[in-house]
Amino acid sequence: MSTIAISNESLPRTGVAGSLPAPAPLADADRKPLTKKETAADHPTWCPGCGDFSVLALYYKLIEKRKMLHENICTVAGIGCSSRFPYFVQAHGAHFIHGRALAFASGVSLSRPDLHVFVFGGDGDAFSIGGNHFTHTARKNIKLTYVVMDNFVYGLTKKQTSPTSPIGFKSKTDAGGSTDRPVNPMKQAISAGATFVGRSTATNVNHLLKLMEAAMDHDGFSFIEVLSECVEFFPGAFDAAIPRKGGTFPEIPADHDVADEYAAYKLCDAPWPGMFGTFFKVNRPTKNANEAKLITDARAKLTGVPDWQILQRNFDRMK
Amino acid sequence: MSDTTAAAAPSGSRVSKIQESVIRIAGNSQDGIQAIGGFLARLAGRSEQEVMTFMTIPSTISGGASIFQVRIGSGEVLSAGDEADVLLAFYDHSYANHISSLKRGGIVLYDSDHVKPNEELLGSYRHVGVAISSLTVEAIGGTGRDKGKNIYALGLLARMFDLNVPKLTKLLEERFGGKDPSVVQNALACFNGGYGHQIQGLVESFHFEHPDKSGTQQVVMSGNEALAYGIIAAGVRFGAGYPITPWSEVMELLRRELPKYGGTFMQTEDEIAAVSMAIGASYGGRVAVTGSSGPGISLKTEAIGWAVMAEMPLVIIDVQRGGPSTGMPTNQEQSDLNIAVFGGHGDSPRVVLAPASVEDCFYTAIEAVNIARKFSTPVFILSDQAIATRIEAFAMPDLQKICQDISPDFTPVADHKPYDLSAPDGITRHVAPGTRIASGKYPVATGLEHDELGHPTGSGKLHTQMNAKRRNKLRKLASEIPVPKIYGASEGHVLLVGWGSSKGPIEEAVKLGRSQGEAVSGLHIKYINPLPNDLEKLFSGFTHVVVCEINDEGLYGHGQLASILRARYCDPRIKSVTKTDGLPWKVKEILTRALTLTK
Repeated sequence: MSTIAISNESLPRTGVAGSLPAPAPLADADRKPLTKKETAADHPTWCPGCGDFSVLALYYKLIEKRKMLHENICTVAGIGCSSRFPYFVQAHGAHFIHGRALAFASGVSLSRPDLHVFVFGGDGDAFSIGGNHFTHTARKNIKLTYVVMDNFVYGLTKKQTSPTSPIGFKSKTDAGGSTDRPVNPMKQAISAGATFVGRSTATNVNHLLKLMEAAMDHDGFSFIEVLSECVEFFPGAFDAAIPRKGGTFPEIPADHDVADEYAAYKLCDAPWPGMFGTFFKVNRPTKNANEAKLITDARAKLTGVPDWQILQRNFDRMK
Repeated sequence: MSDTTAAAAPSGSRVSKIQESVIRIAGNSQDGIQAIGGFLARLAGRSEQEVMTFMTIPSTISGGASIFQVRIGSGEVLSAGDEADVLLAFYDHSYANHISSLKRGGIVLYDSDHVKPNEELLGSYRHVGVAISSLTVEAIGGTGRDKGKNIYALGLLARMFDLNVPKLTKLLEERFGGKDPSVVQNALACFNGGYGHQIQGLVESFHFEHPDKSGTQQVVMSGNEALAYGIIAAGVRFGAGYPITPWSEVMELLRRELPKYGGTFMQTEDEIAAVSMAIGASYGGRVAVTGSSGPGISLKTEAIGWAVMAEMPLVIIDVQRGGPSTGMPTNQEQSDLNIAVFGGHGDSPRVVLAPASVEDCFYTAIEAVNIARKFSTPVFILSDQAIATRIEAFAMPDLQKICQDISPDFTPVADHKPYDLSAPDGITRHVAPGTRIASGKYPVATGLEHDELGHPTGSGKLHTQMNAKRRNKLRKLASEIPVPKIYGASEGHVLLVGWGSSKGPIEEAVKLGRSQGEAVSGLHIKYINPLPNDLEKLFSGFTHVVVCEINDEGLYGHGQLASILRARYCDPRIKSVTKTDGLPWKVKEILTRALTLTK
């Protein structure tokens, strides 16, 4: 006869330090929007001038503007410069392994539909080591927002070719210039089945904030590519998209039908620096909703039946 | 068959009372030979008997030679049996390949439509030929197809072993009912045809003695089923996996069943996504499960290292098969112990448990969840191909008492240090998102070495302290897990040590050895990492400690557990008996090899 030596105990919270009183029982509606002071955590370790600073600032702004509550924000990242993001945000967060942030965040989203799940990362994380997860998270339409800060280079490891590096880019791994065709993140996302696909730059903050809001409001997998300059290893990469540096910021025409997949795909081929705005947006059942329906259907005849009795029915059939 | 006592039966043929019997069914997997074994096992379970099965599966895409062995006993059944009392052979290859597994004087019941017996063996085994294929066709009205010959053969066995026909009929109706009514009619026609057949040349039938443990209600299932149901009973409501033999069955069951409990099981794009998603769900506040077999476990190791570092609870099921690489996917091996204990870069202590039986799979799954929660750590369950596919009957668990609620606690806290170094025994617990923290300081779960709040650090001092924290909590666990008990005398010549599914054969080897006057005892280690304390005291009563494992002896001559025990105890008495033939231990094999080694 088998036994269980380590039983299911009521487990005290450990690691709870200090003598602060438990939080005041304020109704959520009475809580004030979080200010930047309350949402900023560690000072970012990024290089001065890095494009990622503005994405972070906009995230603080988004939290404040949309009156998100501290405890319901979940910030997830993989590995890379931009993936240091969760440390800089004063909210629940996880800094996971390289390339797997989306898979981790999917687990959070599917088991905790009450949370706002945001994933931040870079081009290596998204399109190289994590390419498979990008495809399948999009295809399954898992409810979360994915912001990729694309700098066209591996920054944390100091200038190697990235999956979005343009042909001819000289790096430590391609001294003579990169020869591989770069990933087109917009095409990748649309063809994989993402239901919200947008593109912006770290320098056009108003545009990016609007896009982030729209992404957050989208019921499904929302993906934004943000051109975010690496001033150290690929300076000037996005000057062509910055008007004050002599570039242009071509916005997607207002009459573009965001539900038209072919039209969206065509936009992806616009000449450098490409188009900005919402390429594609459709509503398709999320994985979260599909799983919830499975549960509702499975439990239709089990209302009020305790779990052990459901299991007992199976065991009785195996007598 | 043991303890046979002949008695005259009214029909003129003899009826022998038996304690137990080993029946080996050999044929092709598409003939449904597993179904025959399954019915016999289930019948034994309902008849309060003990039962254990063993099967081989061809690793071909479809079909192929396969066997299913059932050992049914009115007393204790510890293994599927070394030798068969009865061989049911459907083809020439079944006959040729398995006749040697039959006891001398045993009965070979063969399909005379396909098998031509070997004249030279007629004197060694009792040959009984029945035209199973053509009689099956006849029994179901001559459609020209012999589909159903497995059920016909079940009827023959039912006659031979005087099995409980109403119970078997009910099992057939449960299995085939609900579909097209002609299906169940055909099945019953096949069964009755076999049962009613007058077997030429069989002068005796057998009757199982009344079992020792009458009155206990039993449940019959495979190891994979027991693991999956254990996970559900433990309160786990999220899992993720990727198909791989022999783990797939666990995920299929969880995918089917979890929604009934409000849970979800995700089939992911790959093994890495599966473990990552499960860790994400654990981070969400409720321990989640992932699993795989060897190749998939290799892929998961980086993420498991993260769970160690971030101190996130997680249960990982590894249904071991033969390795390395794709190896022998449908064979048994216990060669993933090292990857479970050590797999990963850096120092990443984790918990490893190995269930000993099908019943133990159910309880181990629950205990793994409890350990993961209590110690905020990943926990491996090392099952294997043999235990995964074998069927056993065990006492119906008290589910009302056993089923657990492990809902997350989102009560606001004043302040939280996720990696508090002053926590007793280094045990800190994850505070899940959704929990309000009054200080306004929120934790980041991280794979970078970190300070007490989870912020990255390059401090060697902190790395040393955190390594100690992650290690010390498992030392605390070591002090809480039970010290195993010796099977047999606590002193003697040889202590046979085993882990996982070899518990039964080792205990049977102890019985066999002692019956031959050998001073042999057995010790089963279920908690592989951390090991329980005080094992050295148990070893001290023996001249030799022989660790029996189904893995290779390695470069230095010792199997995987033996190597750990030798490193742990620096005891030269610890020796190793290993094998990698893809099959479970035979009782005699263990005893002979251990005694030869220690002569």
